[in-house]
Amino acid sequence: MKAETNLEKLFNQGEFVVTAELGPPKSVSIKLIEKKANFLRGYVDAVNITDNPAAVVHMSSLAASIIAKKNGLEPILQITCRDRNRIAIQSDIIGSAALGINNILCLSGDHQTLGDHPGAKNVFDVDSIQLVSMLKNMRDKAIFQNNEPIKYPPKLFIGAAANPFADPFEYRAIRLSKKIKAGADFIQTQAIFDVERFSRWMEDLRSRGLHQKIYIMAGVAPLKSYKAACFMNNIAGVTIPEEILEKMKNAKDQKAEGIEICLEIIKKIRKIKGVRGLHIMAVMWEDIVSLIVKESGLYPRQK
Amino acid sequence: MIIAERKPIKDILRMIDKDKKILLVGCGTCVTVCSAGGEKEVGILSKLIKIAFRKEGKSIQIIEKTVKRQCEKEFIEEIKEEISSCDAVLSMGCGIGVQTIAGMFEEIPIYPALDTSFDGMPEEQGVWVELCSCCGNCILDKTGGICPITRCGKSILNGPCGGSQEGICEVGEDTPCAWQLIYDRLKKQGKLDSLTEIESIRDWSASKSGGVRKIVREDIKL
Repeated sequence: MKAETNLEKLFNQGEFVVTAELGPPKSVSIKLIEKKANFLRGYVDAVNITDNPAAVVHMSSLAASIIAKKNGLEPILQITCRDRNRIAIQSDIIGSAALGINNILCLSGDHQTLGDHPGAKNVFDVDSIQLVSMLKNMRDKAIFQNNEPIKYPPKLFIGAAANPFADPFEYRAIRLSKKIKAGADFIQTQAIFDVERFSRWMEDLRSRGLHQKIYIMAGVAPLKSYKAACFMNNIAGVTIPEEILEKMKNAKDQKAEGIEICLEIIKKIRKIKGVRGLHIMAVMWEDIVSLIVKESGLYPRQK
Repeated sequence: MIIAERKPIKDILRMIDKDKKILLVGCGTCVTVCSAGGEKEVGILSKLIKIAFRKEGKSIQIIEKTVKRQCEKEFIEEIKEEISSCDAVLSMGCGIGVQTIAGMFEEIPIYPALDTSFDGMPEEQGVWVELCSCCGNCILDKTGGICPITRCGKSILNGPCGGSQEGICEVGEDTPCAWQLIYDRLKKQGKLDSLTEIESIRDWSASKSGGVRKIVREDIKL
């Protein structure tokens, strides 16, 4: 075991793992984290704590992770390359590991011009693949990026993202293999709406044997309304097929339709060989996660 | 070459508000080619300033000059007398030209009439694109002759990221994804294998991140 987190243990035991997302507040409100934690506790195995998602300022993912942990969740600390250089990232990593936050998800980060401070200067000192390899070296070789030794190195379970819906499609599996080579232990995908394309991507991974080298979690996002679907369709890297948008638009009860679509997608992706878990991104709709988990027959969760 | 753009006239007028006599100096190199600060633009700006002053019932004397290269002291020497006779110098050179003059004439204020934008090339008439970040450590041999540091919105060295769709970058519809371009070019050259290698963390000290840069060539110093 690399980090002995609940997430790692469950993967090792061969369980089908379920994670969700918790967006920190845009204020000092601990209550909001507690509220979201109450929705998620017991229904998921670990929770991603987002790092200034969509380049919009939120409470730091490390602070929110600590609060989430106090509230009985196992956090997956998200960290982007957009806002921190290698000095800040390594510092945050040893800090989080010291506080018992050992699952880390490495991301490039949405470009700041898409966020609420478009005039900000970005960092991108390292990219997401380099970030993975830096964390692996901190854990396995007990060295900082400059090769200096770390006396008490962090125990980390290292995650990365994959987007089967980005282009060029034929390069996506190769890029994933680079993340594996860099040291990623698990992968969470971008939200899946086009199951056919996701399925082709998984086929590509299997033909390269990549599904046996890394735990792959399929990402899903329940659509709360037609408006939310349109908004999501504009998020970098997300594409919702016209057919789903039409369904949402014409639905009498859009919430119910959104849940129905999500459950249908989950049913299909669980049949795909190599999928080891589910990542539910119910942004601003955390209270729906329990229902999705139950309806998918994934409740109760293993300890 | 260096690509620049003239500042809005109101910003320029604010700089020279109190001056009675200025030297408006263009540059005959990059900014002439990108139609921002050559002889022609000096003539146009001079007229615009005079009209604006007249409208406010004020007058200003403007000496118009365009030197071959504002970034070299020897060409600035040629307009030494004109500079010394003025209240201020308004430069239509790039930021390098402005600072070359500033370094030679400490007592005379110098103002930039241009915003120096980037190092790039004209893609078509009236369109310029950025191609180089002057990072001091070129990797174009590995990336099919396309610079990801400059042309990828996130300067990713192991791209493309998840925001690349149908050849377009997540920052905007008019921005091609540099990594899609790199992929396409390497594919044509039968060199896609090179993209399976991880490009390791970079030493940015040769770039602007390393502080103020300077090159000293002992072999050609006098």
